[in-house]
Amino acid sequence: MNVFSLFAVATALIVGASFASAGDVQHGNKHDAHDETAMDHVQHGDLVLTGAYVRATLPNQPVAGAFLTIENTGTEDEMLVGVSADFAGRGEVHEMKMVDDTMQMRKLDAGLVIPAGETVTLEPGGYHLMFMKLDQAMVEGETVNATLEFENTGPVTTSFNVEGKVAKRGEHDHGS
Amino acid sequence: MSGRTLRLAIWGLVAVNVVALAWVMVISPRMTANAAGKIGHGEYTLAATDGTAFTETSLSQAPSLVFFGFTHCPDVCPTTLGDILTWQEALPEARDMNIYFVTVDPTRDTGDILKDYVGWVDGVRGVTGSEEETQKALEAFGVYAARVDLGDGDYTMDHSASVFLFDKDGNYSDRIRYQEDFDTAVGQLKALLGT
Ligand SMILES: [Cu+2]
Repeated sequence: MNVFSLFAVATALIVGASFASAGDVQHGNKHDAHDETAMDHVQHGDLVLTGAYVRATLPNQPVAGAFLTIENTGTEDEMLVGVSADFAGRGEVHEMKMVDDTMQMRKLDAGLVIPAGETVTLEPGGYHLMFMKLDQAMVEGETVNATLEFENTGPVTTSFNVEGKVAKRGEHDHGS
Repeated sequence: MSGRTLRLAIWGLVAVNVVALAWVMVISPRMTANAAGKIGHGEYTLAATDGTAFTETSLSQAPSLVFFGFTHCPDVCPTTLGDILTWQEALPEARDMNIYFVTVDPTRDTGDILKDYVGWVDGVRGVTGSEEETQKALEAFGVYAARVDLGDGDYTMDHSASVFLFDKDGNYSDRIRYQEDFDTAVGQLKALLGT
């Protein structure tokens, strides 16, 4: 075996092993509940925004994640570059990932691409809008407004339903 | 680049590969295996929101669940608390377990803040303390947590998202992964509680 093939084999093994360990955390039922309720449908240029909701906050939780589906019916890629809201001192587009059992959350500095002709879903455990420095609690059943900033199409303000704390199985809210 | 330099560079890469491979295949799993027997054990003293101390002996009062998080957490931590609520509803015996939410962000998560935060789910106790004792506890549980700056003084925490299960004698028995299937999780709890 020459040096190059040894190197190739070693690399392949390492890459394979890394994927094997990363793969087994990518499971679980991501999205059981939210499809029924938020039916708001906002057309913004070639973009269609649906199912916008923000997750109700727990007592003293100063941040909130918000989610929606963005369809790009146009022929040009679009980029979601920012988000803002009156109720939050800070809003950002984030990505969450599980890496070997560790939850990682990062700001998408360049924004989130919405490719032409495709639909991108922001959902728990993945892409989300992150509101920080909240001025108010997110109370289930209420509605809040936030403004999404798109690179080409510009800003659009849309309403977000505040949905339950138990995101996965819907109707288990406990009151508080 | 001369032939000799190239050869050296290639052998260097091979050496890196071999070490990395050894790490992935042999050393890292062995470390995990070694730690598994004594997860949760070690010297740390934190404070639980019910006024008790949280130490390794807290784990041997009753079967217990321990998980890690922080209140500036948009998704995983509320989801896990919500999951625990649904497990309790499905399995009334689970209410007799000791459940601890240990903050990985003790600077911001004081006892008062945590108390209301976890108070939403019956029986869950928040746990906080000094940075130093928190670090000792994280090591004892083999939990990874790291601060990630977001700019302007804000930060988030990367952290392990599993729920650790301990039997009534304080021995680690299992973990429930983040977003685990509901029936699987309840099955794991039943196995722990022997029901
Ligand atoms: Cu986020």
